[in-house]
Amino acid sequence: MTGGVAATGDGAARRAIRRERMAQLRRNKAFLAGAVILAFWLVAAALGRWIVPIDPEFTDLEFTSLPPSGRFWFGTDPLGRDVFARVIVGSRQILVMSFSATIIGTVVGVALGLLAGYFKGWFDIALMRLLEAVSAIPVIVIALLAIASLGGASVTLTVLIIGFVFAPIIARTVRAAVLGEAELDYVAAARLRTEGTPHIIFREILPNVTAPIIVEFTVRLGYAIFAVATLSFLGAGVEPGSPNWGSQVAENWQMIFSGEWWSTAAPAGAIATLAVSVNLIADGLLEAFES
Amino acid sequence: MLRYFLKRLGLSLVTVLIVATVVFFMMRILPGDAARRILGKGTTEEQLVALREQLGLNRPLVVQFWDWITSTLRGDLGQSLQYSSDVGELLFPAIGYSARLAALAFVLIVPISVTGGVVAALNRGKAIDRVITVGGLSAAVIPEFVWAVTFVLVFGVTLEWFPVTAFPDDPAAGFLDYVWHLLLPSIALLLVLFGYIARIARAGVIEALESDYMRTAVLKGMTRRAAIWRHVMRNAMLPTIAVIAGQIPYLVGGLVAVEVVFNYPGFGTVLLTAVGGRDYPMLQAGVLITSSVIVGFQLLADMLFAMLNPRIRTAVAE
Repeated sequence: MTGGVAATGDGAARRAIRRERMAQLRRNKAFLAGAVILAFWLVAAALGRWIVPIDPEFTDLEFTSLPPSGRFWFGTDPLGRDVFARVIVGSRQILVMSFSATIIGTVVGVALGLLAGYFKGWFDIALMRLLEAVSAIPVIVIALLAIASLGGASVTLTVLIIGFVFAPIIARTVRAAVLGEAELDYVAAARLRTEGTPHIIFREILPNVTAPIIVEFTVRLGYAIFAVATLSFLGAGVEPGSPNWGSQVAENWQMIFSGEWWSTAAPAGAIATLAVSVNLIADGLLEAFES
Repeated sequence: MLRYFLKRLGLSLVTVLIVATVVFFMMRILPGDAARRILGKGTTEEQLVALREQLGLNRPLVVQFWDWITSTLRGDLGQSLQYSSDVGELLFPAIGYSARLAALAFVLIVPISVTGGVVAALNRGKAIDRVITVGGLSAAVIPEFVWAVTFVLVFGVTLEWFPVTAFPDDPAAGFLDYVWHLLLPSIALLLVLFGYIARIARAGVIEALESDYMRTAVLKGMTRRAAIWRHVMRNAMLPTIAVIAGQIPYLVGGLVAVEVVFNYPGFGTVLLTAVGGRDYPMLQAGVLITSSVIVGFQLLADMLFAMLNPRIRTAVAE
């Protein structure tokens, strides 16, 4: 996937490839749209409370279940809270959780994949068995099980579970890439120079398998958003009452039967835009790296 | 072929055994006492002793594990902690309901997604191709519950085209009535899987279209349409079967959220109730059955793949 030139470890050639990829991404409209939407939510997550006009936790019982208006852009929920403020502020938890879970999964997965691909043998076999077992249970079910057995839903637990489930999946991608690289001349050359194994794995091979790792990270981030939102909706991912889009949908969706659609549509739409934006970015990266 | 089958079967059993082991020890990994976690604070010592006795928690772990495995193999899934009845009695009807929903979803997903992929491939690079590939994958990353809630809002409450529960009120309702009620939840499940399957089908068709045997077929005078039916479809379907099997865990995972929204008494609802009630025997059995079903389907897909693919068929026969 990284191509023959990069495999020689030639710095200038590698930079040329990177420039070409960046140029291709800048021409990709879907990728740019995804990047803009994600940037919007990242700003919302970072600045949240300072940019919303109304305190998202402020309950005003005089203004319950009001439809969208100039004063309440996305209306108010049955407790009289401003839906717009809650959606903006709610971006923080889902983004922090999804990114943390994906980072944990990627770090552990890359380490496992490098070791499995380089050493092969029993470690590789054990990892692949573990992967089969993990992929035989839906993530949602694993998370529900863990939450029940470890005592209650918490943000940390949810993040760790998603990271744990992702690790072997990411490891498989990295392993496949490493299997291809380990046969190449530059690895043999490093061995002849009597470089240590850690040096070969992390300094020689790792830089050459970054492309599949970046793509896999983005794809996994999309799945993490999916999983965090779903678990929060099921009341299993976060503490009840968290300012989280999934929890907001769970709290309010029954209201759509009495005509109050805005308190559900706003957080549901927010989840959709965030998930789609990450997917468009992943898609663009995949296209750029594969050509 | 038989040897290949036995080998795959053995590996599947190993996978299920790993799942069973992980599930069993996960329930007991925490320091302290499972009985106390189940009953909560402020319970008397007698209650704890009684529950430990009931669950067999006062015996060594290995004995407990062995007991659980052997009684599960005999079909005895234990007693539910929440309801005073057999886990099997509660779980199997629920799984039956989920199976109906999943079956309908599956019947819709496979032909629609494959057709989408073929249409995209035959119109490669055109607008319809972009819509199917980018649109399909964008739909796939939006969680099922978002789709489900949106459908209830748009097609159930606003337009009133579809019922908002997955079950007919009338117990004597006919088959078509059941299908009608299950249609919206099935479409929510469909949208999450369409993109992946369509993309693989598209890639398979494109690869086959560009192949040498396709060129030979056209050069020897076969019409394009006949060549596509005879050569392309068969070769393009092989990778698609593998991907469809790989999506089954996602389909099962999606059931949980969709069942909640459509108020459907399936396995997802039971599992969620079991989580809330700390019903460990129910959870253990539920997860074990889920993973066995998933592994079973993957085995089935592998077999189908091997039978349809002459290269594997002959390699296996040797």
